[in-house]
This record gives sequence, structure tokens and C-alpha cells, in this order.
Amino acid sequence: MMKRLIHTQISSLKHYLMVLILSFMSLQGYAATEAVPVAEDLELEKRLVDLAENLRCLVCQNESLAASRADFANDMRREIREQMRMNKSDEEIVEFLVARYGDFILFNPPFKSTTWLLWFGPFTLFLGGGAALIFYLRRRRIQINEKDSPLTESQRLRAESLIKEINKD
Amino acid sequence: MMRFLLPLVAFVILVIFLGVGLTLNPRQVPSPLVDKPAPAFRLQQLYDTSKTLSSEENLGKVWMLNVWASWCVACRDEHPILVELSKLGIVPIYGLNYKDQRDTAMQWLKQFGNPYEMSIVDADGKVGIDYGVYGVPETYVIDKQGIIRYKHIGPVTVESLKNKILPLIQELKG
Repeated sequence: MMKRLIHTQISSLKHYLMVLILSFMSLQGYAATEAVPVAEDLELEKRLVDLAENLRCLVCQNESLAASRADFANDMRREIREQMRMNKSDEEIVEFLVARYGDFILFNPPFKSTTWLLWFGPFTLFLGGGAALIFYLRRRRIQINEKDSPLTESQRLRAESLIKEINKD
Repeated sequence: MMRFLLPLVAFVILVIFLGVGLTLNPRQVPSPLVDKPAPAFRLQQLYDTSKTLSSEENLGKVWMLNVWASWCVACRDEHPILVELSKLGIVPIYGLNYKDQRDTAMQWLKQFGNPYEMSIVDADGKVGIDYGVYGVPETYVIDKQGIIRYKHIGPVTVESLKNKILPLIQELKG
């Protein structure tokens, strides 16, 4: 009985050990594939990050190409790095990307006819809201003024008599 | 009356906008490449690695370029549809095997069927970048002059084939 128990314990221990070794192996494998080439040129790498921060990763759309760990972003960074090594300017690289992926890749949308709504929309809403507010306040003031109309003759006499009564006391 | 009606109308408009927003697919980013010449390439063939295919060789015919990979799960969804389409013989489908391993790619085609006239290998995804690929599978319809006429992002469905792709191909061939 005891022997059997020990045996099963050992075999389960073996099992755990196996899992542990395998997970370490897989970790190593993971590290091997994830080892992104270390920046050889710090200046270029800084320029890359500055540029990529303003570019959208199309796979994980709210992340920038600089921040994303998606495979797509990796490829894009590699492409940008290569183009920078070929002495292309930032503008040329952005142009290259926009020609392939469209304006959507830019976090900062360009100013053109299709983006007018985007650029002017908020201001139009703001001005519209302001105009509506002014219109409302003016109308309200007129309404209050109308209500402030002078007393009728009978009302005036009654008010006068009331005031006199108070003054007597 | 007005005092309740106005906020209600504003609320309904807001709900309509949000409702429409929910039905939009953020992955459907309009491609700037549509109606532009298909980017040129010369790539190694998947089966006969000694041979290449260049985009110029397909000038004069209407063809489909389907970006696929054996690691791509969504490609399995659309694959039977492509296999069926290839049997109809309406349009040649060329496969761009995107960032894949050669042996697993061939194994994959053996298992699920090969709808492709030819598969070409884009191992490092360079041509993929030229074509603005960001989500596999993607499918392009290219006309006789080598102009991209349509881009489909994500798996091709029976509906998209019937409603959009096949009518377009008929029109381009005519």
C-alpha cells in the first residue's frame, strides 16, 4: 500500500518535473523568437519611435506602431527602419505608408475635403450651441419683461392702500 | 410639450448614430489602392521554387489575388468557398502565401484543397506591405490592365461573392 502510494507520488513528481522542464523549454523558445534585434543605432531608433508614435497599428487600432506588439507593427517598424537607413525623410516614409494603407494609418488626420467634417464639426457644434444659448436667454429676458408689465389701476390702488396701512402701524 | 420633445428628438438621433456605429466594422478600412495599378512583384512559386511569377505575366486577364497563410484561422473559413469558386473556372485565383513556412503551407493545401492557379511566396511580408495587407485573409480583384478594382478584407463569404465580386468580374471580363 505504502509502496504504491510512494510510487504514484514519484510518478506524479516525475510528471510535474516534466511539465516544469517543458515549460522552461517553451519559455526559452518564446524568448528566442521574441528577441527583437537590439537597437544598433540609438539615434535612428529614437527617430523611429518619434515617427511611429503618430502612426496607427491597423491590427490593434487604438495602439500606435511604436507601442504595439502585434506582428504587423513589428513588420512596419522594420520597414520604417530600413527606409530610414536608406536616408528617406520622415515625410517620404509617411507618404509611402499612406499610399498603401490610407489616411487611416495617421493618428493626426490631414486637412482635406473629406476630413472637413472632422476638423470643423466640433467647432460648428460649439458655435451652434452658443447661438442656441444666446437665442434662448434673449427670449427668456423678453418673456420676463413682458410679465413685468405695469399694474392695472385697481391693482395700484390696492397696493397703495396696503402700503398706507403698513405705514400707519 | 416642446420642453420634452426636444431632448427626446436629440436622444433618438444620438441612439441612431450609436446604433449605426455598432453595425460598422472597424476593420473595413477603405484601401487607397483600389483603382490604382496593382503593385509590381516578382515572387518565388510555392511548389516549384526554381520558378517565379511576376505581376506583369497576369496582364491581359482578370484575376484574383488571395492572401493566405497556414497559420491564419479565418482562412479556413473562406477556403471551401475558394475551392468551390475555382471549380467554376470563372476566374483564376492566385494565392499569396504570406509569412508562412513552405512545408506547412503545402501540407495545408493538401489537407483543405488547392483552389489556386498558382501560389507564390511572400516569406517576409514585403509584398504584403506593398499591397496594404494587415489582416489575412485579404482578396484583390485585378483587371486586364493590372488595376486593382476591389479589395475584400477578411474571409470571402458566399454573399460577398454573389453580390459584389462575381458581378464585378463579369463586368471586367466583358
